[in-house]
Amino acid sequence: MSKTKLIYQNNPSPSVDQVGILDRINRITSRSIKNETKVQGLKMALNMIDLTTLEGADTEKKVIQLCNKAQHLHDAYPNLPTVAAVCVYPNFVKTAKNALKGSNIKVAAVATAFPSGQSSSEIKLLDTKLAVDNGADEVDMVISRGKFHSGEYHFVFDEIAAIKEACGKARLKVILETGELGSFDKVRKASDIAIEAGADFIKTSTGKISPAATLPVTLVMLEAIKDYYYKTGIQIGMKPAGGISNAKLALQYLLLVKETLGKDWLNNQWFRFGASSLANDLLMQIVKQETGIYQSKDYFSKD
Amino acid sequence: MRLEVLKTYKIYIGGKFPRTESGRYYTPKIKNEGLGNICLSSRKDFRNAVVAARGAFGAWSGATAYNKSQVLYRIAEMLEGRKAQFIAELIQQGSSKSQAEKEVAVSVDRIIYYAGWCDKYTQIFSAVNPVASSHFNFTSPEPTGVVSIITPEDTSLIGLVSSIIPVIVSGNTCVVLASESKPLCAVTFAEVLNSSDVPGGVVNILTGNTKELLSHMASHMDVNAFLYARGIAKEQTEIQKNAVENLKRVVVRDFSDVYSSSHENPYYIEDFVEMKTTWHPIEVIGAAGSGY
Repeated sequence: MSKTKLIYQNNPSPSVDQVGILDRINRITSRSIKNETKVQGLKMALNMIDLTTLEGADTEKKVIQLCNKAQHLHDAYPNLPTVAAVCVYPNFVKTAKNALKGSNIKVAAVATAFPSGQSSSEIKLLDTKLAVDNGADEVDMVISRGKFHSGEYHFVFDEIAAIKEACGKARLKVILETGELGSFDKVRKASDIAIEAGADFIKTSTGKISPAATLPVTLVMLEAIKDYYYKTGIQIGMKPAGGISNAKLALQYLLLVKETLGKDWLNNQWFRFGASSLANDLLMQIVKQETGIYQSKDYFSKD
Repeated sequence: MRLEVLKTYKIYIGGKFPRTESGRYYTPKIKNEGLGNICLSSRKDFRNAVVAARGAFGAWSGATAYNKSQVLYRIAEMLEGRKAQFIAELIQQGSSKSQAEKEVAVSVDRIIYYAGWCDKYTQIFSAVNPVASSHFNFTSPEPTGVVSIITPEDTSLIGLVSSIIPVIVSGNTCVVLASESKPLCAVTFAEVLNSSDVPGGVVNILTGNTKELLSHMASHMDVNAFLYARGIAKEQTEIQKNAVENLKRVVVRDFSDVYSSSHENPYYIEDFVEMKTTWHPIEVIGAAGSGY
């Protein structure tokens, strides 16, 4: 490799004004979006979903079914967008790729000993390579939270940089697992490390830990993206994941992104939702807006 | 002389007493005297109530018949214990003292009547069916799901009790719109439910304007059935039209004789159940006789 190796610079991260963040979120959540704007927002959110299945009980058939759902969200309602991607374990990437052939839907794979990230660097690289060789368009990695808490930031940084290199053309999403980080300051620090180490996206959570994505933690990460953009002119994507299951909350996320980063981020190139049940709630809201009738889960495919 | 405090009566959703999300209220009057500040519920309150009712359906329909019976009996006990308040409210809403006492007494008795049916109605409505193949074939009732109820307008308590109780006997959950002009007992009855082991969400009680809520109560796709207890033809038609969307079961019941024993009736339970027929394979019935 002739590329210059990225070196961890240990730049200090700004401290986060917790009260300010929470106050900002309060103002976002007390707003209401209605009518055409709401429908636009709902469809946009639908198009930003990484439809996810990350269960020990996943089977090929389950993945195929999910891919089918991704392409046919609700055929009774024409002209709906599709989701952005399907997110699976690396061993299902080929299955998903085949099932999604001919569509624009990407395949994302979690890698690097997801969800704990507790393994050797070799294993993590192999895991990434498995995903990429199978054709993953995107890789979702987890950072080593243990190392991060021990203050070994350079280790975390180098690991992300190495995985990024292993990804090749695949876009890399770096999961910080904010539920395990403990404070906004640490979330900010981890965001800065991930961004500087070459992440294309930063992502809140694996979905296996509670709390998963929250609005405040997302705002902290968006601020990190903003500061980096002002400094370098490089756009970084954002993906809140886990716990976003209703349409209203999804719209609030969109508001937050729009008002923190601007409309350049309001597309699935730069913003994603990691979710599974969100899709159906969005669909139910869209149909409700169209027909004026409150909907029931009974009439939407489960996955 | 002290100024009287007019109570704000809140609605009952998912075992909690929120104010309406719309922030609106109305003050019904009897003989020019305000009854209280009553929530004017919006369609969003209704939507939230359906979510609560759907959430409660699994556990309530799965509770044993014995347990449901105990819970219903407990409602009657609690109602009996708060008799004085209900009588006072009924008088405030225009009843005479003797009418009010009768209304509460019949209401308590009616709940106890239905409490007794919890573990019996399935026997009455089930059947073992003769079939020509080697199957044990039987039919048994199961609760329909979430039920919208519009209670009688002219009574405050007896109509409410008589419409809610037979619906929840079998394990249904419900969203109830109370009498608009006489809503006091509905909210106080919610307080009784809340303190009598009825799981939150099984009964949700809204107050407000029928015209505003009717079409949503009838069209909501997550509502499985509708009990209409007022004899207004125009409203019936609107309910029937909207209910077509998801083929809701609509029951229109006459409550003009609500005090008569015709309202103590197991068929009122049967109105809100679905019959499930099961074909259970058995060994071939040979010359030896029955395969049961």
